[in-house]
Amino acid sequence: MIKGVVALSALLAVLACGSGNPCGDGCHGQFSITVFAAASLQPPFDTIAARLRALGTTATFNYAGTQVLTAQLTQGAQADVFASADTAHMKTLEDAGLVDGTPQVFAHNKLEIVVAKGNPKGIHGLADLARTGLVVVLADPSVPAGKYAQQALQKAGVTVHPASLELQVTGVLSKVALGEADAGIVYVSDIVTSGKVDGVGIPDDQNVIADYPIASLKSAHQGARIFVNFVLSTDGQTILKAAGFEGV
Amino acid sequence: MRRAKTPAAIGILAALGLLLFLLPLAGLIVRAPWSQAFGELADPTTTTALGLSIFCSLTATGFALLLGIPLAMILARTRGTLRNVLRALTTLPMVLPPVVGGVALLLAFGRRGLVGSLLYQAFGIQIPFTTAAAVMAETFVAMPFLVIAVEAGLLSLDHRYEEAARSLGAGYWRVFTRVTLPLLRPAIFSGAVLCWARALGEFGATITFAGNFPGRTQTVPIAVYLALETKPEAAITLSLILLVVSVAILIGMRDRWLGAL
Repeated sequence: MIKGVVALSALLAVLACGSGNPCGDGCHGQFSITVFAAASLQPPFDTIAARLRALGTTATFNYAGTQVLTAQLTQGAQADVFASADTAHMKTLEDAGLVDGTPQVFAHNKLEIVVAKGNPKGIHGLADLARTGLVVVLADPSVPAGKYAQQALQKAGVTVHPASLELQVTGVLSKVALGEADAGIVYVSDIVTSGKVDGVGIPDDQNVIADYPIASLKSAHQGARIFVNFVLSTDGQTILKAAGFEGV
Repeated sequence: MRRAKTPAAIGILAALGLLLFLLPLAGLIVRAPWSQAFGELADPTTTTALGLSIFCSLTATGFALLLGIPLAMILARTRGTLRNVLRALTTLPMVLPPVVGGVALLLAFGRRGLVGSLLYQAFGIQIPFTTAAAVMAETFVAMPFLVIAVEAGLLSLDHRYEEAARSLGAGYWRVFTRVTLPLLRPAIFSGAVLCWARALGEFGATITFAGNFPGRTQTVPIAVYLALETKPEAAITLSLILLVVSVAILIGMRDRWLGAL
């Protein structure tokens, strides 16, 4: 029942976008909403925001590690939409009674090894990350990307001695992009949108699939659903795929 | 002479300003898990971060003293445009967002940085991700506090004592160590304490330049940030420790503060 309603409203949003009017006949004026989104979502969400702005909805973002956003929200931060890099943190917010309706997974992401352009250190798999003299940076295990990286390394039976446990996945990416680290583990989407680094694939049997759920929050303004529906719409999914995510 | 009565509006605004400081502190104290506080203090993550923070902040203060006092002396002696430029450069880290400072440090001392690339190629030394990087980040951010305080002390110094010592035959270093430094002691002390407190609280430049690894670069502020979600009690306890330290410093400095500035 709820699924049907959501699907219908997603459909309506798509139709509305097509006609250039995001809210149909029932609403007037502009919407302004605040979106708390996992740091890895910045590239596609910025694109989505640009599209929505043209349609009258202004989205302001707070991008950070999912664990930070969760802490901010449970401590009472005001937001309309929460997009998490894992289901565990969304569950924390659901348990805290902050989520409106049922969160929906809107994208998947896989892990990849990030290396400098041209892969100068010749890294071909997770096992190479254990090499001595290699500066490897991971996300902290309290960050979803760090937790996934730990799982992937466990599956591969590899022990890595990281130089740093960054507070968000973008920290890993920038340390490699700046040349301070030789390798790290990030999301495929991070590498696709960065352009300054190369990715080395991780085989499926070692990889971890990250589920990204999105939900509007109890305190949400009217525009929240427009954002969520757009993310789930065909247009939204196309933008996410262009940014390296896997659609749903 | 009777002073004009202060309008109520000023009193109200002042009270609001004070509340802005006090309410977050009250929040920390009210929410503190007092029963668990000692348990958290025994947690290896807490003690490691605390030990590292104390080591890094004291070392940073040491470097700030070593480099900052001469810098303040040069500043106090120059005049005109040069002085303005030097002063602006020295105080830049005070107004720069610390994360920007961290990026700047990476671009200078990182493996591909201006100086860092030479170090890496010649000796294979990489500064980022080491305790040395955490100390450098803290020194970068905190040293201006010392320089400003010492410079103010130098400007208000009565130079007749130094002249008297010189006329009695004392050489430069003898005058410096026996006359100038003792006269500057209050300014150096208050500057060093401010510098140390700033170094202790450093976050942005450290995480950007030195990263985060327990026992190596994970200082208390970074541990607080990480613990906030996984172990809020630990985060609050660590915050309280930093708070107690800061308050102790401010109370201890009450008299010296005014003397130096």
